[in-house]
Amino acid sequence: MNDSLDVREETALRFFGNISTSISHEIKNVLAIINENAGLLEDYNLMAEKGIPLNPERIKTLAETVMTQIRRADGLVKNMNKFAHSVDEASKTVDLREILELVVALSSRFAAIRGVGLELQPSSSAVSILSSPFFLENLIWLVLDFAMNATGNGKIVGLFAEKKEDGARVIFTQLDALGKAQKDEFPTEREKSLLHILNAEISLDHRAGQIFIDLPTEITL
Amino acid sequence: MRVLLVDDEKELVSTLAERLAIRSIDSDWVTDGEDALKLVETHCYDVAVLDIRLPGISGLDLQKKMKLKCPDLKFIFMTGHGSLGDFQAGATEAGTDYYLVKPVGIDELIEKMNNLMSA
Repeated sequence: MNDSLDVREETALRFFGNISTSISHEIKNVLAIINENAGLLEDYNLMAEKGIPLNPERIKTLAETVMTQIRRADGLVKNMNKFAHSVDEASKTVDLREILELVVALSSRFAAIRGVGLELQPSSSAVSILSSPFFLENLIWLVLDFAMNATGNGKIVGLFAEKKEDGARVIFTQLDALGKAQKDEFPTEREKSLLHILNAEISLDHRAGQIFIDLPTEITL
Repeated sequence: MRVLLVDDEKELVSTLAERLAIRSIDSDWVTDGEDALKLVETHCYDVAVLDIRLPGISGLDLQKKMKLKCPDLKFIFMTGHGSLGDFQAGATEAGTDYYLVKPVGIDELIEKMNNLMSA
């Protein structure tokens, strides 16, 4: 990375790159499945031309598979679009629940590769704060990345957002191996640079296996 | 020729297996590395087609484990990433000719398999 970039800029660029790579990988998988199903339809057509009867039920299944993959790609592109729009405004009022939902969706491939499940727990009411959507997503994503290495045998990270009197809090739970994590390895300079700009704080409860991100009600960038 | 397909996209490997069967190529498919290792313990395959990135284990690490169990097994890697890092890793292990980026044409895949078998 360029020496002239500071830690926060480099962190943000890496985040954007990682998410873009992951989404393009997912879309490639969708295309590969559609490609094989279209190829199979072609095979059946060639067989039908040679007098082998078509199985209507099989054709119906192939059409359903293609439609499922199109819905999957549509969801991926919608999330990509939502993510790209996070940089439209330096700061705006956001519902933390929606931010968490997006980061979980964007992280699903990373989690699957590591064999970790992500459980987004519902909050009953909106958790609104005035903050930077993009840097918030970046910070949650980095903490989630660390949390996925601290799940222990459970292999689950629970996440939820809650309103506080003086702001809001994001909580990562079920981190059974958090106690084994090196205390000096987290937060790193990357998380610290984002904590600074978001005026936020991270704390770890090793016994309970939880990480907290405390955010103010509003920040001005 | 007997082929083992390993990719966490079930719809991809199951359809690919059906298309190979139409072309008289016998194949089995699994969606994770653990099942792949179980299969190579009890079945003999000529070629394994592996996704570079699998849940819980990379395709390259899986290849090493499969080779220990089945030293004569030949490998083709598939990826959706196409990143330089993946390419370098996959091409080093399997050779640039046997590193395919999704979506893969079935004729190209079969050609690569035949090339491997005659190598």
